[in-house]
Amino acid sequence: MEVLNELFTDTSTYRLLTIVILSIFLGIEVISRVPSVLHTPLMSGANAIHGVVIIGAIIVMGQAPSDDYLALTLGFLAVILGTLNVVGGFVVTDRMLEMFSKKKKK
Amino acid sequence: MDQQAILLLGYLIGSITFIVGLKMLSHPETARKGNIIAAVGMTIAIVVTIFLYRDHNGNPLGNYPWIFGGLIIGTVAGTLIAKRVQMTAMPEMVSLFNGMGGACAMLISIVEHHHNPNAEIGMKVVIVLGMIIGTVSFAGSMIAWGKLAGKIKDKNIPAGQAINFLLFAGLIVSSVMVIGGYNDSPALFYSILALAALYGILFVMPIGGADMPVVISLLNSFTGVAAAFGGFLYDNPVMLTGGILVGSAGTILTILMCNAMNRSLKNVLIGSFGGGAKGGGAAGDKEQGAYKEIGLNDTAVLMAYAQKVMIIPGYGLAVAQAQHACHELEKVLAEKDVEVVYGIHPVAGRMPGHMNVLLAEADVPYEKLLEMEDANDQMSTTNVVMVIGANDVVNPAAMDDPGSPIYGMPILEVEKAEHVIVNKRSMKPGYAGIENDLFFRPKTSMLFGDAKKVLQDLVSELKQM
Repeated sequence: MEVLNELFTDTSTYRLLTIVILSIFLGIEVISRVPSVLHTPLMSGANAIHGVVIIGAIIVMGQAPSDDYLALTLGFLAVILGTLNVVGGFVVTDRMLEMFSKKKKK
Repeated sequence: MDQQAILLLGYLIGSITFIVGLKMLSHPETARKGNIIAAVGMTIAIVVTIFLYRDHNGNPLGNYPWIFGGLIIGTVAGTLIAKRVQMTAMPEMVSLFNGMGGACAMLISIVEHHHNPNAEIGMKVVIVLGMIIGTVSFAGSMIAWGKLAGKIKDKNIPAGQAINFLLFAGLIVSSVMVIGGYNDSPALFYSILALAALYGILFVMPIGGADMPVVISLLNSFTGVAAAFGGFLYDNPVMLTGGILVGSAGTILTILMCNAMNRSLKNVLIGSFGGGAKGGGAAGDKEQGAYKEIGLNDTAVLMAYAQKVMIIPGYGLAVAQAQHACHELEKVLAEKDVEVVYGIHPVAGRMPGHMNVLLAEADVPYEKLLEMEDANDQMSTTNVVMVIGANDVVNPAAMDDPGSPIYGMPILEVEKAEHVIVNKRSMKPGYAGIENDLFFRPKTSMLFGDAKKVLQDLVSELKQM
């Protein structure tokens, strides 16, 4: 019970949980009717969106004490990998979709 | 407006663009715009974080050279990789980038734990779970990437399920010890990391064949959840929305893909048919009989005098980079007043929609690509079906052999057509590792050779006629 009490009095956690639950339903709703042609680009686009984890990497990097080499190194690596996920993801998706639009014009 | 308000406004915009972007991505007309909108939102979220984020004590972020250095390296490398990659290698690219995201979540958790090994219990739950899921996703994606790129072969691990179960139990026990504070030695924390990595590898290793897209989609939603744990860690709404949105949408997409193959997710994960002794055995027991071969010349004649030809592409077409040659063939036949259509199975290739993307690259008109149901309706009026590098999606065992691992999967019923010509490099079974009875049926003729070369030769034969 103590855990529950803490959960519902801590407004920040409660707020975050609300976002989680609403986002779950939103995700289901947004995707549920997709033609199979778009499955691959959609997966790729979603792949780019979860690259939002880069924000965590930036915070880690930005808060690393300048004498903490483990944090500096891993944080730096995390920023690179997160950026790869975001940029690579969006560019690959765009390349896939570019082909669809090219053929539309003809 | 103070800086905190601008930061939160930026995050709100980010969240909205993710939702709108994802929605637009699921319609063909708006898909490309949706992707760009989400990318813009992501950029906004990143920029406001760099300049406006404050920690609990109100301190701004530091280490700007490192941050920008990482961003620049990642952007340049990401763009180069994504631009250079062949259209055929797209599926493994998605897997690779997904792995990067998982690794990013993993590293964040490691650093946060290193900073604060005695954090409060809620924080520890978030750190440990985020690390486990991120690591599983990273390790699994790397294996999936290696498999799709042909660098890693399918392996059936003896007692794989028992080992996975033990690993899973080990993960739970060690996580509880770390989270509950019973043991705060770094060694235990890093052993969780090692267990999770091993679990990710062994989880994907035995899964093979047609199931790889499903696995990638599943790992994609894992990374989404890992990103969402980061949202809890930093009380960050945009990470939370983005992560959970991908987590739930990815799960739905995974289920949609399973439905397209008429298989349950449980089946995919447990009944792995990669090196499947079960599937191979069932088909191997049967007498296969002999197959007929057909030459280039005969194929050309058969096609030239047909009224309607249906091309059924598969992964072999992608591997051979034969999409342009395929379009050439279609044009030559059209000049001879032969109607040419393409029959596209939803899971042909390595990912749903893989063939559509590939043929679109070769400028094949959209109207010529028939979805499976339309293709099957037109099959009986088709004179020649040309199967290029496809195998499991035309395997009649899916309809008439209950012992087959792909039994129940809807297929393209090519035998309803007058002639079936199958182009393959050899008689080796397809990616699912099962024999295909179709090759031995009376209507079927085999045309061996590399798809691109065969198609080019066919085109020149046809031009001379």
